[in-house]
This record gives sequence, structure tokens and C-alpha cells, in this order.
Amino acid sequence: MIHTDKLAKTFTVKKETVDAVKGVDIDVAPGELVAFLGPNGAGKSTTLRMLTTLLTPTSGTARVAGVDVTADPAGVRARIGYIGQGNGGGHSFRVIDELVMQGRFYGMNSADALARARELLQSLDLADLAKRTVIKLSGGQRRRMDVALGLMHSPRLLFLDEPSTGMDPQNRANLWEHIMRMREEHGTTIVLTTHYMDEADSMSERVIIIDHGRIIADDTAARLKANLAGDLLAVEVAAASAAGVRGLLGRAAAGGEVSENSYDGVVRFRLRLPEGARLAPGLLLEMHDAGAPAQSLELKPPTLDDVFLELTGRNLREGANR
Amino acid sequence: MAAHGTIAGTREKHGLGRVLHDTRYVFWREMLLPLRDPFSLVFSLLQPLVFLGLFGPLLGAAVGAPAFGGQSTLQWFLPGVVVMIALFGTSMTGSNLQYELMTGSYERILATPLSRSSLMIGRALKEWAPLVVQGLLIALVCIPFGFVFHPLHVVAGLVILGIFGIGLGALSYALALVSQNKEWIFWGVQQTLLFPLMILSGIMLPIEAGPGWMQTASLFNPLTYLVNAERELFAGSVGTDTLLGLLAAAVTAAVGLAVGVKAISRNIR
Ligand SMILES: Nc1ncnc2c1ncn2[C@@H]1O[C@H](COP(=O)(O)OP(=O)(O)OP(=O)(O)O)[C@@H](O)[C@H]1O
Ligand SMILES: [Mg+2]
Repeated sequence: MIHTDKLAKTFTVKKETVDAVKGVDIDVAPGELVAFLGPNGAGKSTTLRMLTTLLTPTSGTARVAGVDVTADPAGVRARIGYIGQGNGGGHSFRVIDELVMQGRFYGMNSADALARARELLQSLDLADLAKRTVIKLSGGQRRRMDVALGLMHSPRLLFLDEPSTGMDPQNRANLWEHIMRMREEHGTTIVLTTHYMDEADSMSERVIIIDHGRIIADDTAARLKANLAGDLLAVEVAAASAAGVRGLLGRAAAGGEVSENSYDGVVRFRLRLPEGARLAPGLLLEMHDAGAPAQSLELKPPTLDDVFLELTGRNLREGANR
Repeated sequence: MAAHGTIAGTREKHGLGRVLHDTRYVFWREMLLPLRDPFSLVFSLLQPLVFLGLFGPLLGAAVGAPAFGGQSTLQWFLPGVVVMIALFGTSMTGSNLQYELMTGSYERILATPLSRSSLMIGRALKEWAPLVVQGLLIALVCIPFGFVFHPLHVVAGLVILGIFGIGLGALSYALALVSQNKEWIFWGVQQTLLFPLMILSGIMLPIEAGPGWMQTASLFNPLTYLVNAERELFAGSVGTDTLLGLLAAAVTAAVGLAVGVKAISRNIR
């Protein structure tokens, strides 16, 4: 559905150049659900804009829905849907009018467009606001309207740039219900960006992590976490017996770092343990046999933030580039 | 949902057919603004009447009939007012776009399959549309004051203004794109160009009354030909002036659209 080859974008602002995207290779198969994850300024929106023909690539190529973005941008636009990072509704227009016109722009007839608009307003909890002007909507309501705009023509390939930003948890869940239903009913291919790690984690099968305009990881969330992060294990032993398990824990961490800090006669070891849930019971027995029984244990499954930290040495939340 | 099928069915058009098809929808979207808020229309209808009522008598008194080529002041002045409304209206096309550039609304529409020219033409025609009502209305109102109304000629004049308006609207659109995030540039350029063009076309005062250099300058102003064409048409005849005006309008439209399409693609670099 999508294939890019060294796709790159350089902006020039007052003779200064910004390499926003530095040659990314992306392959997305029909029906996939892919999330781009990365800090502010990583190049997520720029990548999406190139794929949706809103920006011309500086170099590299991209085929979207079987069409080359530079050779036939109009052909690409006819085959995709796009929900940008900004609000799509015109300020002075009525919500329902914008939705119906959006459908008309994509070639729907007026009866279909009206029916579809009403259906979306209903399910996105906007039915009462149909005749409001856009400027009088709250931030979350506007975002839901954006989603409705993007779903109007039920595209086969949908791009969403931070769709859930500004929505409350209930509406986020609602949005995901829509996205999932579109996939089920139409086999829609979905490419989205998000700042919410839990969202990327639980909803998409595949996560592409972007940092400084480069793809630094591309896999399922589960595999990324298992391969790159591992569970975070914290065990406490009595200070007197700590020396007995240092070597043991070092081997368990398989070359990873083992940190320790001591307080109140207790030493607390922290380490990453791949497949922690499976290995921890055995480790406890070994520690017991080595004369240093664990006094407490904490096992935390890894998050994508841990993956990002592992890859870049920075935290995703505070890791904005610029 | 029938959406998939519908898209395949109607998006096959190419070229001019496609542009006309898309223009309809862009125009219609824009028209929803005044239609949903009809009060704004009432004021836009009154303004030219006020202008005509106040400026017309002064003009007749100050310049005197001979400069108007034998026509009554009203007969001479009214087509000028109609051109002026068209000028003010369509040169504002880009100003409404500025709001949409600030939110994601422009980008959302740019991502649809609408043809790029239709984005400009539809918006320009929306600024032109009220003129049809305004033009006919002032013509009717002026009949009791000695204006001779030739309906078909006036309609032809409005069509020529529409063609010109597409060009000017597209230029205004392009101006809004290049002055994105710097709104003052848009207003500065628009105002700076509008008044000299207007005065050098003889809209308000006959250019024949001015010095020679002004008359020469007016020959390079497309608006001059437009104003002359409108005067000829409003007087009830069709001749060289009308043809030259139509040509000037067509050239403006072609240049405007070329510049506009260029600005749109430059904007995504
Ligand atoms: N039109 C532009 N002109 C100049 N620089 C730009 C432009 N658009 C983006 N950039 C720069 O390119 C880089 C990537 O921006 P981009 O919007 O793609 O980031 P992002 O990953 O979407 O970030 P966010 O999470 O904040 O939305 C940033 O450094 C940004 O400042
Ligand atoms: Mg972004």
C-alpha cells in the first residue's frame, strides 16, 4: 500500500536548512495498522505530508496506493484520506455543511453525503452540534469533527496525524472503536502518528519509531519491547548478603547494567530482564540458594518509552529534539 | 456505505470537465457563508447604492457633462461602480483564505482530490456572485433617474467581469499564499495596487481629463479596457471596446490562474 525509498525532506528557512526527514524506507501492506511514534520535531508530520502530497519530497521516492506521489499527486489524493494535525473545519462554517461538502469533494452524491455525515455525527457524539459553527466548538469537539471529515468518504488508506490529541479518554476510546470498525468492515489501511505510547502500544500491530528524521525501529510493539527493553526487575536483599548475588544478577542481566542503591540495611538491585516473567521465579531460587533470599520483588513490563530510552538514551516524554 | 463506489464513479473526469465539476463544489461551499448569514448580503447590497447616490451628483457637478462623451453622468458612472464592486470583491478572495491557512482547513481541502484551479476559481466566483444581484439592483434603482437599462448587455457585462474576477481572485489567492503568516503583506500589496489601478482606469473620473502620461499609463492597465467595455455594454451597444474588454478579462484570467497554480505548488516545496 505504501512503499518509500530514501524519502527525504529538507526545509530552507532564511538560508538555514532543516533536515526534517533524512531518507526513510517504509513499507506498509494493505490492511496494516501502523503507528509513527517519536518526540516533537522528529519528522512525523513531515513524513505524512509527503505521503499525502502536501509536501514535495526533496529526494527519494514514494508510492502510495500504487501511485507515485510526485508523478501523480492528484491520483494519490483521490485514493486516500487525511486527518492533519490542525483543525480541518473552516471557522465560520456549520459542522454539518463542512461534512457534506467534504463528501461532495470526494465525489459522493448529496444524499449519500448527508446520510454519512449524520451517521458520523451520531457516532462521534456530535449530533447536537450539527448546526453549530466550527468556531463555537470546544477543542475536543473540533478534533472529533476532524475525524468525521477524514472518515466521510471511507477511504481505503487513511492517514491520521495525532488524531486523539485533546480528546478525553471516553472519546479516545470512541475514536479507536471507529478506526477498528473501519478496518474490519473495509480492510482500511491506517497510518497514524501519536504521542500516546499506550495508544501505539495497545492499538497498532506495528510501531515505527522516528527520531531526528530517521527510522530507528520498526516492529510490533511486543517484539520491540521484548528485544530492546525487557522487563524491569527490582529485588531487595539484606545488605550483609548482597555480595553473594552481585555476580548472579550480573549474569541474569546478560550484559545489561545492574544498578544498586542501599538504604536501611537493604540493597536494592535494578536490572532489565528479557522475558522477566518467565525467568524471575528461577532467579529467586538461585538467590535463595546463594544465601541471599529476596526480601521483595517488583517486576514491571517494559513500555515503548523504555524502548525509546534504550535506543536513544533519551526519554520520549522529555526527549523533544528542538 | 456506498462511498467507495461513488468515488470511483465520479472521479474519472479529467481536464476542463473536472475543473468545472470541482469549481461547482468549491463555489457552493463558499456560498454557504453568506447564505447561512443573509444579513451580510443586505449590507453589501446597500453599499453601492450609497456610493452611487453620494458620489454621482458630485461628479456631475465637478466635471461637467462634456467629458462623458455625451452620456448622462449616471449612464457613464454606473458601469464604473459595477467594475469597482467587482474589483473590491474579487481582490479580497485571498483574505478569506488567510483564516483557513492559519487553521488546518486549507490543508484539509488541499488533501482532497479537488483540482487546484477549481480551488481558486470557486473562491473568486463567490466574491463575484453578489455582484450579479448588486449590478442588476442598482441598474433598476437608477432607471427613474434617467438610466437606460439594457438587460442583455448588462448581463454580458457581468459575465466579462466574472472572467476578469477569476483572474484577479486567483492573483489574490496567490498573494495570500506567499504572505502566509505575514498578513500585513497581503493588505499592504492589495491596497497599494488597487487604488492606482482604479484611478488609472477611469473608473471614477474620466481619464481623458488627466495629463498625457496618465492617459498613456492607462493604456497598459487591463482595467481600462474592462471599464470601457462595460461602458459600451451598459450604453446598449457591442463593439471594439467590448471585444478588447473581453480579451483583457481572458488574459487576466489566464495569467491569474497560471500564477495561482504556481503559488500553490510552490507552497508545498
Ligand atoms: N514548513 C516548514 N518549514 C521549516 N521547517 C519545518 C516546516 N515544517 C516542519 N519543519 C521542521 O521540521 C522538523 C520536523 O517537523 P515535524 O512537524 O515533521 O515534526 P513532528 O514529528 O510532526 O513533531 P510534533 O510531534 O511536534 O508534531 C522540525 O524541526 C520542524 O521545525
Ligand atoms: Mg506533527
